[in-house]
Amino acid sequence: MAILVDKNSRIIVQGITGSEGSFHAEQCLEYAGNVVGGVTPGKGGQTALDGKVPVFNSCAEAREKVGANVSLIFVPPPFAADAIMEAAAAGIELIVCVTEGIPVAQMVEVKAFVDQTGSRFVGPNCPGVLTPEGAKVGIMPGFIAKKGSIGVISKSGTLTYEAVDQLVKQGYGQSTCVGIGGDPIIGTTMKDLLDLFEHDEETEAIVMIGEIGGSMEIEAAKFAKANVSKPVIGFIAGQTAPPGRRMGHAGAIVSGADESAAAKKKLMAECGVHVVESPADIGRTVRDALKHVKIGVEL
Amino acid sequence: MKIHEYQAKELLKSYAIPIQDGVTIEDLAQAEAALDQVNEELGAEQYVIKAQVHAGGRGKGGGVKFSPSRESALENITNILGMTLVTPQTGAEGRLVKKVMVAQALDIAKEFYAAITLDRAKGMDVFMVSSEGGVEIEEVAKTSPEKIVKEWVVPGFGLRPFQGRRLAAALGLEGPAARQAVGMFQKLYTLYRELDCSIVEINPLIVTDQGDLVALDAKINFDDNALYLHKDVADLRDLDEEDPSEVEAGAFNLNYIKLDGTVGCMVNGAGLAMATMDIIKQRGGSPANFLDVGGGANVETVKNGFRIILSDPNVKAVLINIFGGIVRCDRIANGIIEAVKVLDLNVPVVVRLAGTNADIAKELLANSGVDLISADSFEDAAVKVVEAAAGN
Repeated sequence: MAILVDKNSRIIVQGITGSEGSFHAEQCLEYAGNVVGGVTPGKGGQTALDGKVPVFNSCAEAREKVGANVSLIFVPPPFAADAIMEAAAAGIELIVCVTEGIPVAQMVEVKAFVDQTGSRFVGPNCPGVLTPEGAKVGIMPGFIAKKGSIGVISKSGTLTYEAVDQLVKQGYGQSTCVGIGGDPIIGTTMKDLLDLFEHDEETEAIVMIGEIGGSMEIEAAKFAKANVSKPVIGFIAGQTAPPGRRMGHAGAIVSGADESAAAKKKLMAECGVHVVESPADIGRTVRDALKHVKIGVEL
Repeated sequence: MKIHEYQAKELLKSYAIPIQDGVTIEDLAQAEAALDQVNEELGAEQYVIKAQVHAGGRGKGGGVKFSPSRESALENITNILGMTLVTPQTGAEGRLVKKVMVAQALDIAKEFYAAITLDRAKGMDVFMVSSEGGVEIEEVAKTSPEKIVKEWVVPGFGLRPFQGRRLAAALGLEGPAARQAVGMFQKLYTLYRELDCSIVEINPLIVTDQGDLVALDAKINFDDNALYLHKDVADLRDLDEEDPSEVEAGAFNLNYIKLDGTVGCMVNGAGLAMATMDIIKQRGGSPANFLDVGGGANVETVKNGFRIILSDPNVKAVLINIFGGIVRCDRIANGIIEAVKVLDLNVPVVVRLAGTNADIAKELLANSGVDLISADSFEDAAVKVVEAAAGN
């Protein structure tokens, strides 16, 4: 099962002929063998990854010829907004954009556009999606993850790896890990993913790694209280961040009282989320939260 | 990116939005000429002298002075230019005032608030107005949120005239004043969108005794990701208003923010960097900085990162926390070894490397002969660096 992607996904990479795109496309292909092509306008008819996959001029062509249903985007910022819209217009079911640095105003329009289609969009500026032993659609290092039953949702890249590593050390594998990105406007939110994990039979518990800025964690926590029966474990990075300063991610900036780590943690706890205090305790908190649960059955 | 009030007003003017105008000077020797110009061109006989720094609350810190005469204007220019202005937003160390705006004084009949920013939750820009202008809008939001009226802009459609009319009505404007407001609000949104602003805030937006709407102050911030589209806007950046070490880090593509603690941090990834600061605090230390060396960390970035961290005299120990995904830990280790040899370290350095090639990296460090404290886990690293900082 897992969510979003599995071994049956048919993945294309937009920007596959660029250096980033070709490097990561190769890694994704190596991981699960389900990269079926790439898209670079004007380079259709060529091949990429040493002749292993075909290159198409458009997403529509890739969809028609190799049945692509997932697209991974490495197109540079000035062209990324258009690439996302092209994929959505072509009916690609899942679009994952790794590109960092897309102007926010363009993303506002992209989101409105994609919402009119049936596509799901993850990112931008995110590490992508990883279903252990199923599919890697992004830049997460596959070797750190193990197949299992914890769903992971995160705004961050390396902090996700840290969390996954702690989970593995506690003996927990992951159903799917999703990096949603830390930009002010993103496609798929924490709430959306809580819903998907709640309905995924393979997932027993959900780890949610947020940060300062915005109100997504609060909306997710409220949603979890009303709609999620599985344990949710949450961490917020940026407890020490001063207000008004952007902490790396464009969205990680405290611009109101409700956007601080303390405020988010308080509300998460009120909504029944197991709040992790120290970032070194993510794995242990999952273990504590699951100590009364064994293979999905309350003891 | 932030800009000064006088620069923001120039942009408003270029969009035909009425502003409180004036002349901005950097040198006391320009004061007489500036007063002459404001007097002759704008007909002003009374003035407002306004410190130009990138921080709000300037009035509270004594950086904005009404001057009923030329003499008092000169006196206020003398006092403000070169002063260290402390406002609620500058921190205790304050900010040196290098520029002042010599502005025309206007008769104020009413003060409003108007702003445009992104509503992240809705994924739309929001235009906000309030009849409670000239005060801290955060206070209004807390105490009487009903006094802030909002209109959301549907992506691709701009601020529609009917929305402008609703905003004007919310401010109690009627007749010609309402029509003037609708035009102004639409121009403001056009400016916000065309220049890729992250915030446009007019506080206060005034109605003069003559019934005209005028932007008395202006704050504009820009989306850094979009500056490549607007070279003329990027040129407005004032490096004097930024921390020199942050500017230097930016030149090396490092994301550095200086804080006031004693533990320097070098981390890959913004989320992990924030989490590293958090755990240092939880273990009783205090972070000296946020530093994300990014996904492409190599020998050069590590060396530059070190140099920038160590340029802060408060740093008593350094923690390097790298989780190698795409980044290979052995490369980071080589960078650390090289940096330590070149930089003549005088503070203890704790290194925690995990992920890709972490084992090779640990061996490299162990065999390098450089003096480093190795840590096995995130927790271990935090405890060791806080101890090291306290002991140094």
